[in-house]
Amino acid sequence: MVEQYNPTVMDHFMHPRNMGDMENPDGVGHIGNPQCGDIMEMYIKVKDNVIIDVKFKTFGCGAAIASSSIVTELVKGKTIEEALKITNQQVVDALGGLPPIKRHCSVLGEDALKSAIDDYLKKTTGKGIEGWQPHEEEEHAH
Amino acid sequence: MPTEAKRKVYFDNMANTPPDHRVIETMLLQTKEAFGNPLNIHDFGEKTAEVIESSRKNVAELIGATPAEIIFTSCGSESNNFAIRGIAKAYEKKGKHIISSAIEHFSVLQVLKALEKEGFKVTYLPVDKNGVINSQAVAKAITPETILVTLTHASNEIGTIEPIAEIGKIVKDKGIIFHVDAVQTAGTIPLNVAEFQVDALTLSANLFYGPTGIAALYLKKGTRIVPFLVGGTQEEGKRAGTQNIPGISGMGKAAELAKQEMNARSEKLIPLRDRLLKGLTEKIDDFFITGHPTNRLPGHASGVVKYIEGESMSMLLNMEGIAVSTGSACVSKALKASHVVLALGVSPEDAHGSLVFSMGKDASVEDVDYVLAKLPPIVKRLREMSPLYPKKKGAK
Repeated sequence: MVEQYNPTVMDHFMHPRNMGDMENPDGVGHIGNPQCGDIMEMYIKVKDNVIIDVKFKTFGCGAAIASSSIVTELVKGKTIEEALKITNQQVVDALGGLPPIKRHCSVLGEDALKSAIDDYLKKTTGKGIEGWQPHEEEEHAH
Repeated sequence: MPTEAKRKVYFDNMANTPPDHRVIETMLLQTKEAFGNPLNIHDFGEKTAEVIESSRKNVAELIGATPAEIIFTSCGSESNNFAIRGIAKAYEKKGKHIISSAIEHFSVLQVLKALEKEGFKVTYLPVDKNGVINSQAVAKAITPETILVTLTHASNEIGTIEPIAEIGKIVKDKGIIFHVDAVQTAGTIPLNVAEFQVDALTLSANLFYGPTGIAALYLKKGTRIVPFLVGGTQEEGKRAGTQNIPGISGMGKAAELAKQEMNARSEKLIPLRDRLLKGLTEKIDDFFITGHPTNRLPGHASGVVKYIEGESMSMLLNMEGIAVSTGSACVSKALKASHVVLALGVSPEDAHGSLVFSMGKDASVEDVDYVLAKLPPIVKRLREMSPLYPKKKGAK
């Protein structure tokens, strides 16, 4: 199983970036549920429309942890508009690829970020990301 | 990416055991010497036939069978497929009901699912919190249509030893065929097909220090079965094809060694298992044992580490040179919790934190203590990352 992960994924799994809690976040994202498995939480701090800090916590496999970690690196310093353009494919590419059966973990990464931005927008503008819904909920309509 | 850990601890013997060096020597020798086709009447073929038959005798003696009741197959999954489908099809005129359990291996469950599509009805018996199948529940599930009961002797995931002899008596009294998946027990704990009153039993060499690619199905004399492979007279015409001669020679040797050394292996492994279970319980908070606390396979320790996920744990253990199995598989769209652990009544989120440590005959106290030293910091580290942990325990 370890063989399937490339050195970049292993590096992010072994040394996750921006992992932990955040005091007074401006936006909190929460994706997944215990029945489905992986759970990601993402916290963002926003100043002048720029994501100046980001933290995550993840319950999940190696790919889920690495995906969360790399998302935090991709998003830091970006404007909200730029951050919203981040796709799961960019997550996969930034990790140098994920095994096919683990690609859904990159989707979780994208969704956790968007969920945090959605929360931030709701708090600040009263309206979340237009037309956005996390992928997981479509796929796991229990 | 092989890890650079200096110490290597292989605690994944329920997945595969390393072949014993005496098994390897036997196989090397017989690969060289026993190459003639055993069906052909010349000295070369006869030599091979002797190797096969002496191995068959060893395998039979391991489980208290006669050699003619042993059919060699390629793996435990094949034996399970062969037994269940072959017996169901041979007896379907008598009835179409099969009894099994919720904790079977996929090579049992998926055959049963396929048979259900073909019109068979299957009852999957539940287990109690320790993973025990209730023999009275088997009795209650029997209907006039029941033709086959197929149960595991011990699941690789929880190690609980099932009351097969008790169940055998009930099934026998009703004249129903009884198949037991003994992949995890044959060669590991005492097992006698007459005492257990089973009609068919799956065993595999790779779980008792034999090679992979060779297994057997015990089929009691007089039990009908539809052949698995046709086109040859090998294995009494029930499983055609030139036999895996090196594999059979290795399985025969492994069976002989298992019979001789079984007690000594267990006497060594049981204290190691208990040391590991006790250590895990003491050193890791929010850890609980899965499977029966005492009536379990000698080298088998399993449990759930709450709030974190199995694959991450096994990857970090692997970094320390420790090989284990996990009941959690993060594939396709979501994490899949083990059906066996769920059957114990464990919640899905807890089931994701399932770990299986299966020790082999060469395990040592040092190995156990090494695992007990390495796992707690890994758990701590992953719990710091887990959004489930602080909510329950309060952020530290």
